[in-house]
This record gives sequence, structure tokens and C-alpha cells, in this order.
Amino acid sequence: MIEIHDVRKSFGPLEVLKGIDLTVNKGEVLTVIGGSGSGKSTLLTCINGLEPIDSGRILIDGTEVHAKSTDLNKLRRKVGIVFQQWNAFPHLTVLENVMLAPRKVLGIPKADARAIAVKQLSHVGLGEKLDVYPSRLSGGQQQRMAIARALAMSPDYMLFDEVTSALDPQLVGEVLDTLRMLAREGMTMICVTHEMKFAREVSDRVAFFHQGVMMEIAPPAEFFGNPQTPELQKFLSATH
Amino acid sequence: MFDTALTWNDMAFLAQGAWMTLMVTAVAVVAGTVMGIVFGVLRYQAGPYWSLPLTFVLDIFRSVPLLIQLVLGNAFQSIARLGWDPFTTSCVILSLYTAAYCTEIVRGGIEAVPPTTRRAARSLGMTWRQDMMHIVAPLATRVSLPAWIGLTLGVLKDSSLVLWLGLIELLRASQILVTRLQEPLFILLICGAIYFLISFPIARLGGYLEKRWSPND
Repeated sequence: MIEIHDVRKSFGPLEVLKGIDLTVNKGEVLTVIGGSGSGKSTLLTCINGLEPIDSGRILIDGTEVHAKSTDLNKLRRKVGIVFQQWNAFPHLTVLENVMLAPRKVLGIPKADARAIAVKQLSHVGLGEKLDVYPSRLSGGQQQRMAIARALAMSPDYMLFDEVTSALDPQLVGEVLDTLRMLAREGMTMICVTHEMKFAREVSDRVAFFHQGVMMEIAPPAEFFGNPQTPELQKFLSATH
Repeated sequence: MFDTALTWNDMAFLAQGAWMTLMVTAVAVVAGTVMGIVFGVLRYQAGPYWSLPLTFVLDIFRSVPLLIQLVLGNAFQSIARLGWDPFTTSCVILSLYTAAYCTEIVRGGIEAVPPTTRRAARSLGMTWRQDMMHIVAPLATRVSLPAWIGLTLGVLKDSSLVLWLGLIELLRASQILVTRLQEPLFILLICGAIYFLISFPIARLGGYLEKRWSPND
């Protein structure tokens, strides 16, 4: 379970998270939508401990992310994150990209790490591309590789930060299909996205962020069918 | 062909000089690179403010002509009664000189690794050390290689200045032969050819590695 209690975060004078309260249960798929600068991506990097927070608490299975005593490297094994920019390691083959962290971070023997990587890469449809370098892959393939790389650590939670935003339109589908597959398999996911159709389809709940505040959170039927705040009504009518 | 007084013994003398050049260069490049990596990482980690003293010292080694550094360094070691022989003194000064340049090359290489790539590594649970070893080091090496090869070739030629401390390296050996045989053009031609023979494989090695790594970027 991910628990977020009154989290505040500023970049200089700009307050990007103005007291966020949110709980994500095991097995739940939460999508987060909102305009750019609404703080939704920042929240993900805070959950992963990549960004410090100014006040409040984030707990993952009861462990406080930003406590001094918390071993972040250990915590991050539980929480995979995939970014908008897929960030392949360009000097490693696709297989090596996925094998690296299981080997070095988890200390899994090479043969076993290889088996894990092959399994995850086949899972996202890259079983044929094991020995090529990332530069030979399309954006969609690189993004799927990044997903496999995160999954290879067998995380309990996955965070997706606008993973389709940097892709050509015709490549968006293949990445969303991968996310749908993960959702069906019961992975606990928080997806920051601009894909409304996807959000409506896979989410257990959808949250709307606006200027650092979570304005609404509801199951998709209610969220899209009966938006409460004028901000969300405006946002939905602008994006449809 | 040539009517020359140069004997095989003289050629052996040149070869000994070349060996000295190689040794001084090898020590300076190896020690200078190791120091350069340490200083470069320090400079990158500490930021411009905290690394100011280090930057200042390295700037001295980069700005003062090597010849002056060698002469002053030699004077210093004798005043301080360190008892270094000319070879040691030469290697120490040349290593620091190399390190000063190498530090900037290393820092530039590390800076060229995109922060987003490093963030991806850290988000997989890698520690700073693991990120440095498995992501930053290989990527920075690729970026820095051409500059480092250039530095190595530069040090090889600059090492001729150690003749001022009395070491008989390639250029000094040639000078001695020129003085004795009065055949400057021919001897300097041979001397230049030997420098080329040493440099060429290093330059080619650089080209080879660049080519091997390039399709992966």
C-alpha cells in the first residue's frame, strides 16, 4: 500500500504539490491526469524518493520514504518507475540493459538474471531483440524495454510517468497495450498520462491534479461521467 | 644512397633514448590518468565552489610552461632534500601536468552523461557507486577518448623537455649525435620517424575504439 499524507513540495518559490493526500491499495490501478505543471509527475518522483519533499509523509508498505533511516536503494527495488524519456543505457544491449540491475543490485547470478531478462523482454514483445543495441530500436520498443527493465526487479509497485508522451502517435498503442497487460495481471500501478481512453479503460480510480492540488479522485465512470469541479469539467471538455 | 657516419651503435643509442621517452611518457600518462580520474570525479561531485582550491592548483599546472615546471620542480626537490633522481622528478612533474589536463577531460566526460540516464539507473536501486561504475564510467570513457588520446600524444612529445634535467631521452640523444656527427637533417629525420612510430599505434588504437563503440550510440 502506498500512503501519501499531506505532501508539500516546492521548487524555489513555486509550490508544485500543495498538500496531497492519497492512498493506493495493493492491486489497484490509479491513473493521474492534469495539465502540465499540475505536479503529477513530481508526485511520482517523490514516491520513488528521487525528489525530497518539504513536508508530509509518504509510506510504502509502512516504510517512510523520506525518513533518514530508510535505505532508498532497497526501497526502490520495490517500486519500479518508467519515465517519459525511456533512458536506455546506450552502451549495453537490450538484454544487458535489463540484466544489469538484477545482477548488480539484487546479486542474482548471471544465468538466472539472463533468464529473468529474457522472460520480461518476451513478455513485452521484445524477445527477438535481445542482442541489439537500444539505438536500433524504435521509441516504442525502447519504452517497452524500459518497462521490462523495471519489471526485472520484480517490483511490487510500478510508476509510469507519461510513458507515451514522447512517442510518435503510431507507437503509443504498443506501449499502452503493455500497460493494459500489466494491469490485467494485477500489478499495482500509478500512471500519469494524457491518454483519456486508456485511463477510462484500465483504471480502478482516476485522479485529477490542478496546480498542485488533487481536485478529484473517483472510479472512471463517475470521474468522466459526472465531474464535480469546474476545473475538471473544463479540462475534460478541452481534451475531448 | 646516404653517405653517413651513423653507426649501428649510434642507432642503439637512439633506441635507448626512445626507450627513456616511452618510460617517462608511460609513467606520466598512467599516473596522470589515475589522478585525473580521481580529481575529475572530485571536481564533479564537489561542485565549482568546493573544488576551487583543487581547480586553482590544477590551473597552475595547466598554465605555467612545462619547462619552467620542470626546472622549478627540480630546484624544489633539491631544496626540500627529497633526494629524487632526475627520472623521478621528471615523472612526478609530468604526471601532475598530465593530471591537470586529464581532470578536465574526465569532468567533461561525466557531465556529458545525461542526468536522466543516471536517474534511471538510480531508480532501479543502483547505488551511486554502481551508477558510476556501470553507467557513467563506460559512457564518459566513450566521450572522453579522443581528447585523452590527444593528451597522450601531447605528453609523448612534451616529455622531450625532461632533457633539461639531464635525462637522455629521444630528442637529447639525437642532439648528442648531431653535435658529434654534424648531420642534423638526417638524424632529426630518424628521430622524427621514431616519434611517429610510437605515436601512430596510439592514434590508431583511439580510432579503432571509437569506431567499435560508435554503432552503439
